[in-house]
Amino acid sequence: MVILNSPISKKDVVKLKTGDTVHLNGIIVTARDVAHKYLIENRPKEYKRLLKNGVLYHCGPVVDRVGKKWIIAAAGPTTSIRQEPYTAEVIKEYGVSGIIGKGGMGDRTLNALKKYKAVYFHAIGGLAQVLAECVVDVKDVFMLKEFGSPEAMWILDVRDFPVTVTMDSHGNSLHKTMYERSGAILNSLITKGGL
Amino acid sequence: MNSKNLLNTFVELIRRTSSDLPVDVVSAIEKGLLTEKRDSIAHKTLQMILKNIDIAREKSLPMCQDTGTPVFYVNYPAKVSQIDIKKKINQAIKESVYKLYLRPNIVDTLTGKNLGDRTGPGYPVINFEEWKKDYIKVILMLKGGGCENVGTQYALPDSRVNAVRDLEGVRRCILDAVHKAQGRGCSPGILGVCIGGDRVSSYEESKRQLLRSLDDRNKNPVLGKLEQSIMRDANKLGIGPMGFGGRTTLLGVKIGSLCRIPPSYFVSVTYMCWAYRRRGFEYENEKVKRWLY
Repeated sequence: MVILNSPISKKDVVKLKTGDTVHLNGIIVTARDVAHKYLIENRPKEYKRLLKNGVLYHCGPVVDRVGKKWIIAAAGPTTSIRQEPYTAEVIKEYGVSGIIGKGGMGDRTLNALKKYKAVYFHAIGGLAQVLAECVVDVKDVFMLKEFGSPEAMWILDVRDFPVTVTMDSHGNSLHKTMYERSGAILNSLITKGGL
Repeated sequence: MNSKNLLNTFVELIRRTSSDLPVDVVSAIEKGLLTEKRDSIAHKTLQMILKNIDIAREKSLPMCQDTGTPVFYVNYPAKVSQIDIKKKINQAIKESVYKLYLRPNIVDTLTGKNLGDRTGPGYPVINFEEWKKDYIKVILMLKGGGCENVGTQYALPDSRVNAVRDLEGVRRCILDAVHKAQGRGCSPGILGVCIGGDRVSSYEESKRQLLRSLDDRNKNPVLGKLEQSIMRDANKLGIGPMGFGGRTTLLGVKIGSLCRIPPSYFVSVTYMCWAYRRRGFEYENEKVKRWLY
């Protein structure tokens, strides 16, 4: 198991290989498709420092307000492929080092991971309680009023956040491999017939 | 009708559904764990999922942050007003957002604005059906977005999967749907399938199949055999929990059929993720008669 601190240096990114299990510490920023669209269409400069070598998390948390503090009540990953139209550009523009999500992403993202040295971390879908317990602090929130709580950009401080590298910076994708392998089995099951 | 009691019952239904997975689903996940190799990624993933289920139950918080589209199935006697029930459900949703059982999960599609604790056209979904019994029965399913997105429909014949209008064709469609869902719908999943109907009724019936208990047996032996065959083959695909590889790709398959007109032959598949949140109650004389599942 690898322990990594976010922001993640490009030197550390290239060491990661698909199949590695990682515990993440430090700052991660939630962003779903609406936030990605905003990052690309408006190119807000103030996000550049925040996202440089940073980690984006595909997540729309359930959040509670206790006094002046935000508490994350549930925070598992959302399906990553919805962010596919924007991700390659976001990695290039903001220098992001890591993306956390579920289900993997497509070829455009895979190429961008290779070209700009970044990595895709897979978190277990639906693991909202286990992952919420890894959030030690909510540092800030952006675009809360504009996007609403589930689609705002929450700046989270996490400890021992468990993920698996499923797409690395060397062009490997565990999702692609699994899709092809199971596709071959599907073809043989269909040819054989089963009823 | 004592409105306060019914309102509280609806809030309690939402709490249970969002935070406490039914026992048939938990047992199916535990059974899956036994088939995976120790220390494999599939084994670890299922262990984490079971841990998550326990925490959600203990804390009364959503097991998945996507609390989904609430889909209600309401059977009611003639004396009960649909309008009253609808009002209670909408109120209960508002209260449940406040209590964190539900995420503020509704967006105006045209403006993109989140409506917070309100409800609107399409959210929640309520299926009403009058019946002859003199009590109310309500089942709630919280249908997550990731798995809803991978639901699919085939119009046979379908050359993409080489399927003609027979059960072998149906089988090919369903296995293809499982293959295509990988990564996007959180596996191990559960399939609700309908053969026949029109486009809308077919999808609707496929979702309704998910109200069946995982351990029940299909009343129709032909469909029962098809269910078993799909289970066996889908779990040979090697997709496994979350698509990391493994033996547990599906926890269950439920297939129903509707009549059709000769030009159409639909196969509709609703995919449910492992967070198969469904609960229900029967309500009589102003109080809960029994909780379901």
